[in-house]
Amino acid sequence: MRLFKDALARRATGLVAALPGLLVLLIVVGLFLKSKAILSVEPLSRLLFSAAWHPLKGEFGLLAFIAGTVWVTVTALVLAVPVSILAAIYLSEYAPRWVREGAKPVVDLLAGLPSVVYGVWGVILVVPFVGEVLAPLAGVPSSGYSILAGGIVLAIMTFPTIIHVTLEVFSSVPRSLRDASLSLGATKWETTRHVVLRKGAQGILAASVLGFSRAFGETMAVLMVVGNVAAVPRSLFDPGYPLPALIANNYGEMMSVPRYDAALMAAALVLMVIVLFFNVLARKILVRVERRVR
Amino acid sequence: MSGTAGRSLGRRKRADLFFRVLATASAAAVLLSLLLILGTILWKSLPALNLSMLTQTPKGGFYLGKEGGILNAIVGSLYLAAGATVLAFLLSLPLALYINLYKGRASKTAVWTRFFLDVLWGVPSIVYGAFGFVVMLALGLRASLLAGILTVALLEFPIMCRAIDEVMRLVPRELTEASASLGATRFETALKVVVRQSAPGILTGVLLAFGRGIGDAASVLFTAGFTDRVPASLADPAATLPLAIFFQLGTPFPEVQQRAYASAAVLTLIILLISLAGRAMGRKATRHVVK
Repeated sequence: MRLFKDALARRATGLVAALPGLLVLLIVVGLFLKSKAILSVEPLSRLLFSAAWHPLKGEFGLLAFIAGTVWVTVTALVLAVPVSILAAIYLSEYAPRWVREGAKPVVDLLAGLPSVVYGVWGVILVVPFVGEVLAPLAGVPSSGYSILAGGIVLAIMTFPTIIHVTLEVFSSVPRSLRDASLSLGATKWETTRHVVLRKGAQGILAASVLGFSRAFGETMAVLMVVGNVAAVPRSLFDPGYPLPALIANNYGEMMSVPRYDAALMAAALVLMVIVLFFNVLARKILVRVERRVR
Repeated sequence: MSGTAGRSLGRRKRADLFFRVLATASAAAVLLSLLLILGTILWKSLPALNLSMLTQTPKGGFYLGKEGGILNAIVGSLYLAAGATVLAFLLSLPLALYINLYKGRASKTAVWTRFFLDVLWGVPSIVYGAFGFVVMLALGLRASLLAGILTVALLEFPIMCRAIDEVMRLVPRELTEASASLGATRFETALKVVVRQSAPGILTGVLLAFGRGIGDAASVLFTAGFTDRVPASLADPAATLPLAIFFQLGTPFPEVQQRAYASAAVLTLIILLISLAGRAMGRKATRHVVK
């Protein structure tokens, strides 16, 4: 009887084990099937590289949205990667123990805040800041709802991801290597640069890629501050319209327009495939780093 | 160290100081941004928080009506996140047990399952929303509490499962071996040793997933719907706090925007509480681990 129970439990839990892989597959296949209606009519190149977005005329070029996503994400990363890595360097190399321990809840909390809360904050503070301070400084008119505002909010949202992974990478660099460098007369910064950063280079890359894929799919916070104008942005102060925002804004209204829902599903599919690619890339790098450390 | 050989000590020291200051400033900037966000949200929303805000549903429509509160969203969000968390837990615990006990921690199955879970963790919530919508149509459901629960459960599942997996990996092998040598089956070991040993950590994982679930807007946007009423059954649409913020912030009426700010405060407070609780549990977990 006990053995029977054990066998039963084994079977039952074994069934669940297939779930993660199956779910990834299901999402991709499900989105693909739903977007087939547009993929079979429009050539992929026109779907991805045409900026003509006129659903009522049956034109579904996603370029403006893809460009919007890339602009916002790259802006966010340019801001977030240096700050996060420097912050991680401080926490792992310079900070006293109590600061390091105290910083963990802060990073966790930043990671745990809901994206709408970031969005509200962006609307209250970042959008006016960009519109009334930065744009006049740069000499361009801007409402503040812009790529830059989206990038700033997104950068803060990606801090925890990058800091967390980078810290783990730094902590895997052996203490003795640092001591050896210091004992040769290198300053703290020289040690950090030539030993810690060099040893952790791949891991930092992986952290940045993870941050990138996290930022790429972020929806609500960006949607609330980025302006949502369906045109390819030309400067940081232009509004943009990222892919996730497109899906979020138009779902539910598209049922009456033919192929509109398929186009949005295609947008979701594009998003999924890109994020999947970068995620897998980052994991592969991290696995290699982990193996090398052992 | 070839690059530094020719430089004077003074310059090297100045570079050292420069980067020390830069790194410290960066860390301070990260901390400040969190304080700035929390401060702004609380400063804006505390005036909007009062008893009737928390105990009443919106009067005259959530978008236009100027009276009433956010009870619909508070209750809706709690129902939704609780349902999704239970569902995700029912999937996560067996899976974590399977890869840690039945398959062995470093087995191929375990490695691949972890990989797929990490991939799922990275899937944007808007994609879960779109996928949930597809599933919902395929099952013939309307936008409802049930559809929302299903979608959010998918979102929470990888988060919770990885968290549980991480604590179960910490259970010392000697403990499970001792249990096995006493004649216990693996199932009995799982329930009586592994689950008990990692219970506080499991609870932390559950809280973490609950926090993610209650705060996510993009996944419930098409699946849970929105309504002024407190949902009475699984088939009713349910209002949620994130969407209450999103919809009501966009109105031209300051009275309605007050409700958005109040929702933001309530949501932030819930997240803060969960984070604190999770921390307390996590500390307990490390105390229990037999070294």
